[in-house]
Parts: sequence; C-alpha cells; structure tokens
Amino acid sequence: MKALAFGAALALSCAAYGQDVAKEIQRYRQMVAEGSPAELFELEGEELWKKPQGPKNVSLQRCDLGEGPGVLKAAYAHLPRYFKDADRVMDLESRLLHCMSTLQGRSREEATARVFGSADRPSEFELLSIYIAGQSRGVKIEPGLSQPKEKASYELGRALYFHRVGAWDFSCASCHGDEGKRIRMQELPVLYKPEAARPVIATWPAYRVSTSQLVTLQWRMNDCYRQMRTGPGNKR
Amino acid sequence: MAAGPMKMRASLGTGFTDVRVLMTHPMETGLRKDADGKVVPQHFIQNLTVKLNGKTVLDAQISQAVSRNPVFSFRLKGGAKGDKIEVSWLDNHGESAAIETVVA
Repeated sequence: MKALAFGAALALSCAAYGQDVAKEIQRYRQMVAEGSPAELFELEGEELWKKPQGPKNVSLQRCDLGEGPGVLKAAYAHLPRYFKDADRVMDLESRLLHCMSTLQGRSREEATARVFGSADRPSEFELLSIYIAGQSRGVKIEPGLSQPKEKASYELGRALYFHRVGAWDFSCASCHGDEGKRIRMQELPVLYKPEAARPVIATWPAYRVSTSQLVTLQWRMNDCYRQMRTGPGNKR
Repeated sequence: MAAGPMKMRASLGTGFTDVRVLMTHPMETGLRKDADGKVVPQHFIQNLTVKLNGKTVLDAQISQAVSRNPVFSFRLKGGAKGDKIEVSWLDNHGESAAIETVVA
C-alpha cells in the first residue's frame, strides 16, 4: 500500500514537472517575442532593401511584392500569390529573386549562391525576409487563393504534404499529421489544420537562440526535407 | 559585426520604467572552433553602462557566459516622460557602441 501511495505521488510530481516545463517554455517564448534579436536583423534588412546593387546599380525599393511597387505593408501576409508579370505563383524569396534579376540585373547563379547564411553572416534573403515580414505585424495571413494558378499551387502543396518520399519513406504528415506528437520537448503542430498552422507560420522568419541564427520558412522546409532524407540537393 | 545595430525600448509604468535593449555582438567564449578547426578568440562585452539623464544608474560587468546578440532588460525606479536613457557597452577588444532613447 505504501509503495502504491509512493507511486501515485511520483506520478503526480512528474505531471506537475511536465506542466512546469511547458509553462517555462511558454514564458520563454513570450520573452523572445517581446525582445527578439530578430529586430536587429530587421534594421540590417532595411539597409539592404535600400542599397543599390547589381549591374544596374539600383535598390530593390521598386520591387512589387504584390501590393504595388515598393509597398511593403501587409505584403508578406498575402504571399505566396500569383504574379502576372512572371505568370506564376511566388513566395517571398522567389519574388525577391525575380526583382533581383529584373530590377538589379543580377544573374540567378550570383543571387542564389548563398541562400542560407550563418550566425556570423546571414544571407541576403534572410535579412530581406525579416525586414519585409516585419512590415506585416498584426496583419492576418492570407495567401492568394482566387487565381486558377494559386488554386493549382495549393492543391500541389496539399499533395506534397501527404506524399511519402526518401530513404525513410516520410511525408510532412508523418510528423505533422496527428495531435499530441512531439520531438523531445518540441510539440509538432498538425499543419494541415488552419487553426494550428496560422500561429506557427506567423512566427516565421525566426531567430533561433540555440544557433544564434536567423532562419526563414524556406530554410525550415529545406531542413525538414533534409531530416526526412529526401536525397541530395538540400543545402545545409 | 561587433558594432552592429542596437535597439532600445523604454516604456513608462506607474513609478517605474521598463527598458529593453537589444545588442548585436558575437559574444565568443574562446572555446569554439571554426570550420578549419582553429579556435575562435574570445570576444565579448565586458561593461554595460546605463545612464539616466547623464547620471550613471547601472554599471554591469558581464562575461562570455552571456549569449550572442544579448537582450538586456531591466526596470528603473522612477523615470518620467522625456527622460533620456543612454546605454553603452565596451567589449574586450576595446570596441564599443551606444544608443539613447527618450522615455515616451
């Protein structure tokens, strides 16, 4: 009987411990949201946005991210979307690349030579992304879904989400498909449910305290594919 | 990178002022090795000074135990609208940076 009581007490304290940890993680996230070093990178991103570069020596300030040339307010929240001039659906990074080639006259090879940076030297895409995303604070995330090509992209994305690939036969849904799953202390959101996906997607691009690095949503997807062992070609 | 941007926010409460400062700094411990296996030399902020209207109210000595790109937040007793807060740091290489803001 005594042993049973002890067992019950242990179970209780473990549950309390788990709750404490979850609460501490919540508190930590709150602190990061209130004062994140990401804001420092926003300042650098703004500088880069206004800096003349490339063969044409112009800045990206006239780049149309979907809200009109040079309009940054709410632009990130409405991406990816269809762009008539390119006749395809683009996310932020692909649109930036488009502007780098059309406005600045840069080649694809040169502009994409370094898409993911390091803690010492973030990439151009990372700095620009955080600056542009910062101009969408408080705006509801609503990617384009009215054009036929946007609908086609959405359907393709849905198919990719559930498509199993690679050496381990993983799909996105293998990890992000059931409620209550986690890797170590990290909860895995069920990303095909809008109510779960929205608050998570809204935190990107993000500053990772563990690596002191600024990372983008493209990086996240790429690194998921790497962890899924989908094959060579994923840049680290 | 050492003298990268800083950012500061000061918000007034009743009888106090909350200040949050973001600093860009590598904060190298001297224990890390780079991709070539060479030790990355120590490089960290040593002194942090906070002045309120020109008068020093906080003088901190910190070390390499603090993370890269530190966030420093503290509460000042008192403070009023229009007060000038200055924060500056000095690292072990003798480099420094400063920022100032007015309490709004």
